[in-house]
Amino acid sequence: MLNKKELLDMQFIDARARLIDLAAFLDRLERHEGGDDIRLRYFKEALPILQENRPDRAKAVLEKFSDHTTELSETAPFQGATGAPVA
Amino acid sequence: MNYIEPHAHMVSRTTDDYEKLALAGCEALCEPAFWAGFDRSSADGFYDYFRQLTEYEPKRAARYGIKHFCWLCINPKEADDPGFAREVMALIPEFIGRENVLGIGEIGLNKNTRSELKIFEEHVQIALDYDLPILIHTPHLEDKLKGTRIILDSLANFSQLDRGKVIIDHVEEHTVSHVLDAGYWAGMTLYPESKCTPARAIDILEVYGSENIWMNSACDWGVSDPMAVPKCALEMKRRKHSPEMIRKVTYDNPAKFLSQSPRFKL
Repeated sequence: MLNKKELLDMQFIDARARLIDLAAFLDRLERHEGGDDIRLRYFKEALPILQENRPDRAKAVLEKFSDHTTELSETAPFQGATGAPVA
Repeated sequence: MNYIEPHAHMVSRTTDDYEKLALAGCEALCEPAFWAGFDRSSADGFYDYFRQLTEYEPKRAARYGIKHFCWLCINPKEADDPGFAREVMALIPEFIGRENVLGIGEIGLNKNTRSELKIFEEHVQIALDYDLPILIHTPHLEDKLKGTRIILDSLANFSQLDRGKVIIDHVEEHTVSHVLDAGYWAGMTLYPESKCTPARAIDILEVYGSENIWMNSACDWGVSDPMAVPKCALEMKRRKHSPEMIRKVTYDNPAKFLSQSPRFKL
């Protein structure tokens, strides 16, 4: 497998671009009108995970965006998914 | 390289995609029954769909030298109406013996409802009755973790189930260990936006190992890439994984799991 420097050589520019995209996404939302949205709340709550010193940040972010309830629903409120537990 | 695409919805793809798959080395592909992007209005719609999967697509694939296999079921998105779902499931015996049918799939959950779970369990029983493998879809995005847990709890109630004949698909970092630790196979779906990117799928292989796991494109009518598996293989090569490791997850592992169906012949 690659060492850290080789991974950085291969993926740093791409990761840098993605990070700037995230910053620009938040700027864009800031500029546009509208109320609070629970999806954005989850998004902002997930961001500090990136700064944590742990080996499983991706797992932790996915868990942040997950429905942690355990009971079955009576019916499907809609067919798709929104990316954050909005119900 | 030769590889197996273990999950592709070719009814939604063009003939050009078959050519691309063939050029990339795809030797065989497997097509689970799924949602068409809209709800079908009658069981007759599924009758025609099952004919398409068992009669038409194998011929389309064969024109490019690709072996085509399929799985049958009513998908979880259309399973929230149990009466309708059972009408469709009643069609399965007519098709289950056809030569390219591997087993029951992709069954599972969508919004984690009581009816979805009931129909899921009835499908599992059909697979057990016919002694066939099972391919399981786990829910999307925020519903995946909960749905995966419910599915695992449900499967644990089937004491006669051989867990080695069940693959639980669309795992990500937060669900893969639940699946593998319980003794099931795991599938990673390579999607540009949801599920796993190739880079993350390779991370999962590095962290959780390469036993009982495969990767697929699950290409369909949505945002997806039929070339995802060979692209991920290329990414593995760039990350200095061995040719043996690449072959294991793109060919040997799918062949090993799928060979548990008596109809899977390369």
